[in-house]
Amino acid sequence: MNLLRLSWKNLTFKPLNALLSVLLFALSIGLISLLLSLREQADEQFDNNLAGINLVVGAKGSPLELTLNSMYHVGYATGNIKLGQIKAFFNPKHPIVEDVVPLSVGDSYRGYRIVGTVPKILDWYGAKLSSGTVWQHDFEVVVGEEVARVNGLSLGNKFKSNHGIIDEGDENNIEHDDDFTVVGILAPSGTVMDQLVLATNQTYWHSHEAHEEAAADHDDHEGHDHAGHNHTEDHAPTSLMEEDPEKEITSLLVRYKNASSFQALNFPRNINENTELLAANPAYEISEVRRQFDSGQRILGVLVMAITIVSALSIFIALFTSLRERRYELALMRTMGAGRGKLFLLIIMEGLIVAVIGYLLGILLSHGIMAILAGNVQDDFRYTVSATRFLTEEGWLFAAALFIGFLAAVIPAVQASKTDIAETLTDS
Amino acid sequence: MLSSNNLSFNYPGGEVLKFPDLDCQAGETRLLLGKSGSGKTTLLQLLAGLRQPTTGQVIIKGQNLNDLSGTALDHFRGQNVGMIFQTAHFLRALTVWENLAMAQQLAGKAVDRSRIDGLLEQLDLGDKANSLTGRLSVGQQQRAAIARAIINQPAVIFADEPTSALDDDNTQQVIQLLQSQAAAVNATLLIVTHDNRLTGIIPQQTQL
Repeated sequence: MNLLRLSWKNLTFKPLNALLSVLLFALSIGLISLLLSLREQADEQFDNNLAGINLVVGAKGSPLELTLNSMYHVGYATGNIKLGQIKAFFNPKHPIVEDVVPLSVGDSYRGYRIVGTVPKILDWYGAKLSSGTVWQHDFEVVVGEEVARVNGLSLGNKFKSNHGIIDEGDENNIEHDDDFTVVGILAPSGTVMDQLVLATNQTYWHSHEAHEEAAADHDDHEGHDHAGHNHTEDHAPTSLMEEDPEKEITSLLVRYKNASSFQALNFPRNINENTELLAANPAYEISEVRRQFDSGQRILGVLVMAITIVSALSIFIALFTSLRERRYELALMRTMGAGRGKLFLLIIMEGLIVAVIGYLLGILLSHGIMAILAGNVQDDFRYTVSATRFLTEEGWLFAAALFIGFLAAVIPAVQASKTDIAETLTDS
Repeated sequence: MLSSNNLSFNYPGGEVLKFPDLDCQAGETRLLLGKSGSGKTTLLQLLAGLRQPTTGQVIIKGQNLNDLSGTALDHFRGQNVGMIFQTAHFLRALTVWENLAMAQQLAGKAVDRSRIDGLLEQLDLGDKANSLTGRLSVGQQQRAAIARAIINQPAVIFADEPTSALDDDNTQQVIQLLQSQAAAVNATLLIVTHDNRLTGIIPQQTQL
């Protein structure tokens, strides 16, 4: 029967007294852990998806929308841009631009976006093929790890795309007639690549020609027989510039030669003021998103702080009132040979036990919520939440929990250690 | 075994209490008698080392309590002094058995299971070993308090009005138990009381 067990028995003797403290404590720990985890995982995914991209160029509209759509594949595109407008970016002698990746978006497969682009994008995002080869011909696709896993796709599978980027699962969805063939599957990379279906930019034009017959201009196709839907037709990535300048893509991801040069800093403004294009700096746009996130988090932080203080107070009050009821016991322990230090420890341990149980419940709560969130936010925000990941901050949180438990218990504990045996036991 | 001389105690209010000297042998039972307010309880606290005397000294088993302080005194008390109060107090979250084990541990001894079991049998509490103390009757509680007071085979047992809350039958029983148990461990038994039922039973008496 050591002190720890005695503390435990004291707490469980009247469990309702401790219950409120434990629940409040669990709530505050849970919220802190949840905020930390969501923040950490969001930051990580923002960073992973930056992929060294200095600029996103697209049609005029909201720069944030353009960034989110082109880099994180959420929301809608600002519009399309003509190849003729962006020819200069492809010039290898461009003084600022080192490299570009063109994107065509707008279609999806079972809620996963189909992105027309060039294989170079894999290098930018650090994604690797786990099997198969990269897409070379139109209607060949490489699917992200999650797309393959969730839809059970393997090499050689064929599927049809949906027009539109969100699969509402209704029967009125326009299905494109053409079959995509899976030629490659990506290894998980922790980036948005996990959730994309990648094809050539030209694939988009083919699959949309049926719907845009009037707009199709077959004269300038330089021998490419698009109407025949020749799926083995080869389009080397660089050949995009040889296409009709009236053809459209959605946006362009740009890497600079020297991001800190004076020209590079002025580059977006030049584009925005002098052309029909919109240039957005993703790092800036994302920091704006983060700022919104932060101010929301600050408000929550104040709330959490308040709950933490209330929970510490509740531990304090529970212990303090229990001392009144237990002063005979404490005096008795003194007469049985317990020194003041032991009584101090006894009460401190009761505070710590509440803190530890509250902490465990809180962590369970936050990771439980994350497990539920994981299923919900992924579809809507391309944001992967892992419920099983634990942060080092949560280790620190444990230390903080112990500290709060100690702090809440220290005054009652001092009070207990000062128990006057003579006064208490003869005062009946 | 227990002796005191020249003991006095000043209350903060200025009241000064002087006490007669005591000299008790091992195995002796003595009553401390006095009217309310005569300082019986204060004397008991001084003898048990729960209060520091203003003058004088208490010697238990050859040890001058004035020479001990803090934890050493707490330990010495746990090992050599058994205390019984007017109303029995226990660690309410623990069973009778655990309360006795706690008394052994707080005195710095190992838990002696057979000693606890044997004592509870003797005091007719064998079937209550695993009950919470709050579930016992008043008489059973007082018997359990006696068990706790003698569990560590103390040199001295102090009893503060042990019978004032009991009826005649229980008083008889408790006093007999106290005496026989004190005799079993050869302890000095000092009973503070104003209960006239005891004066006929115990001849050694000190009047305050």
